[in-house]
Amino acid sequence: MSDNKQDTGIDRRGALECMLWAGTGVLWTLNGGVPKSSQLLGMGTAQAAGKEATGFSFLQISDSHIGFNKPANPDALGTLKEAIGKVSALPAKPAFMIHTGDITHLSRPGQFDDAEKTIGEAKLDVHYVPGEHDLVDEDKGKAYLDRFGKNTKGSGWYSFDAGGAHFIGLVNVANLKAGGMGSLGEEQLAWLAEDLKGKGTSTPVVVFAHIPLWIISADWGWGTEDSARALALLTRFGSVTVLNGHIHQLVQKVEGNVTFHTARSTAFPQPAPGTASAPGPMLVPAEKLRSLLGITSVEVRHGKEALAITDTPLATS
Amino acid sequence: MDRFRARHRARAIIIAFLFAAIPALPVRAADTAVNIDNFTFTPKELTVKAGTVIVFHNRDDIPHTVNGTNGEFHSKALDTDESFSFTFAKPGTYEYFCGLHPQMTGRVVVTP
Repeated sequence: MSDNKQDTGIDRRGALECMLWAGTGVLWTLNGGVPKSSQLLGMGTAQAAGKEATGFSFLQISDSHIGFNKPANPDALGTLKEAIGKVSALPAKPAFMIHTGDITHLSRPGQFDDAEKTIGEAKLDVHYVPGEHDLVDEDKGKAYLDRFGKNTKGSGWYSFDAGGAHFIGLVNVANLKAGGMGSLGEEQLAWLAEDLKGKGTSTPVVVFAHIPLWIISADWGWGTEDSARALALLTRFGSVTVLNGHIHQLVQKVEGNVTFHTARSTAFPQPAPGTASAPGPMLVPAEKLRSLLGITSVEVRHGKEALAITDTPLATS
Repeated sequence: MDRFRARHRARAIIIAFLFAAIPALPVRAADTAVNIDNFTFTPKELTVKAGTVIVFHNRDDIPHTVNGTNGEFHSKALDTDESFSFTFAKPGTYEYFCGLHPQMTGRVVVTP
């Protein structure tokens, strides 16, 4: 949260304001490489350990899967609308939104239309990267690039600067190879090396892509086979935040200066690795669904602090 | 042309058709299904005679594709309950995978 521009960190009042919209939203505070998850009262800890807030925050939504209508969620457009409603109701307007892919379920024009229209209601700039479901049109990604590919390279990667941080949108869902996982490919890795040249090591870097850039489950394809090469290019930076989707649940890891985080879907949950025979839409009782869907808010802080990441479910169960 | 010859020729044509159809007969007999359940092609390995039509049927709640590893064939994204058929005309070993979830792989061995 970044609704307390007037002073330092997240104070109790800020925390309470946060709770008004966040329900039992979990704040992830990362200090010294150790992630701490905390409910309401723990937010004071964030203030104690945190540094000056910049008032700069952005939002992540992911895996809206517009067009999905199976029992796990017969109305994926409806839950996206609810998520966008949460975004619009934020007390402090985020600088922009990122969407970490699987915007649509089947890359169909009507699905892209519905997604864009609904997401547009937040009235924020949106930076997209594609998921594998966004590249299954006849021309393998043309539908996506025609809409969102302006000012991107290759299959849709790009970077930009905002709030003193450097943002990099990567594509790891194009031209996947048999038996493999997500893949960035030579051309994109070369571009990344070039993109990072000359960037100061104190610049916070935020990397976002659809499939996790670390291996969560090789059996389920939840990883990116050449992500280590991308991360090697990032080790010199003091603060690196990697935001992914694809797995429809929160998973977090910290390795050195790199914080990895996956967001919830706005459409349907998937099982935790090892708890089911396969990934895929997980049917849960209707009253529980919204507690497993949600959005993620990220506050950029300067200095050596990692970014503060807050995940908010659509509802508590 | 007398009636006997006409009948004889008709029979010859029918027999010719039957013979022509012989290589195709096992095709009909062996039309085979590969089901996609829980992110798995089942059976994962299949041996069939040349000319067999294999029907890939997606029974998951998520789309999958069927792509020949060497580009021999590829389906569109198959939504739930959609199918893709391919005739394996030439003997050989065909590896394939799902373009969306490449950890899903399968193999068809085609014998003469």
